Amino acid sequence: MATCPECYGKWEPGAVEKGEILICPECGVELEVLSVSPVEVAPAPEEKEDWGE
Amino acid sequence: MRWRPRPKRRRIGESSPRVSMKIGVLLSRVRLEEKQIFEALDKRGLTVDRLDDRLVIFDFHGPRPEYDAVLIRSISQSRAIYAAGILNGWGIPTVNSHTVISNCADKVSMTRLLVESGVPCPKTMVCLSPESALRAMESMGYPVVMKPVVGSWGRLLARVNDRCAAEALVEHKDMLGSPQHSVYYVQEHIEKPGRDIRVVVIRGEPVAAMFRYSDHWVTNSARGARSENCPITPGLGDLAVAAAAAVGGGAVGVDVFESERGLLVNEVNGTMEFKACAQASGVDVAGLLVDHLMEVARG
Repeated sequence: MATCPECYGKWEPGAVEKGEILICPECGVELEVLSVSPVEVAPAPEEKEDWGE
Repeated sequence: MRWRPRPKRRRIGESSPRVSMKIGVLLSRVRLEEKQIFEALDKRGLTVDRLDDRLVIFDFHGPRPEYDAVLIRSISQSRAIYAAGILNGWGIPTVNSHTVISNCADKVSMTRLLVESGVPCPKTMVCLSPESALRAMESMGYPVVMKPVVGSWGRLLARVNDRCAAEALVEHKDMLGSPQHSVYYVQEHIEKPGRDIRVVVIRGEPVAAMFRYSDHWVTNSARGARSENCPITPGLGDLAVAAAAAVGGGAVGVDVFESERGLLVNEVNGTMEFKACAQASGVDVAGLLVDHLMEVARG
């Protein structure tokens, strides 16, 4: 079970990997998976000017 | 050199016989592409270190890492450039190399190399002051496109339709503070047929291509463009290979416009995202990228 640190919504994210980005199904914020057992998430870093290909 | 937080190498799955090759993957996020890469590495029996670019420390005075090759998957172009530069300087090959990543990350360098190599591109001018940027746009004729010299995903692209918009844009860029915004990259606006083309080139071979359709003038997958498989004609493939060679080879994504003057290379991406192209074309881009990485690791 994952808990969104923004809206405190709880949901079962299924199989995830550390470093993966999830979208909170309740508030839509981007979250980064910090650990998988148990699943812990934190707000994902915001896009920076030099991000991309 | 100290690598945090995971100094010991990690196995991804146990199903394949291990290959004696030390591979690192420097990354910021685990996106679909990275998952596919890890799966491809595991299928080939490779043990891999996942190196979080936010945590890694390059210690110039400590022991150096002993990787046969490192795949650079940093989202941040600055991190990719510096990491690849240090690793290559230490004799560790990367995909892509520091040269390729640097050449692609800066649009000025990239376009200069393409033009010098005879690769057809949209007409481009680079200026170093607001006044000269305005003169360049006036001489090129509106509409023109102004791009940041560093950046991606269609971010901060501007189509400038007239003198008034040009003056406003130049003033805004001049006030942004970052010195790079005071370098003005002015490009001819190309009327596209509602799409552009992305060609993936790996080690001199055009391996996959897609059309990117959008109603917006920016046809970028990161901006929601719809993807379809694109047949790689000899002309398209040769052009993409020439563009890749111009920036130093490696594994790159070449963006191509269809214009009245024929095919034009818009840009070359040195840390390419490929999920849309792989999905549209059905090509295992991650597998081909890992095969290339293994060849680089073998020297």
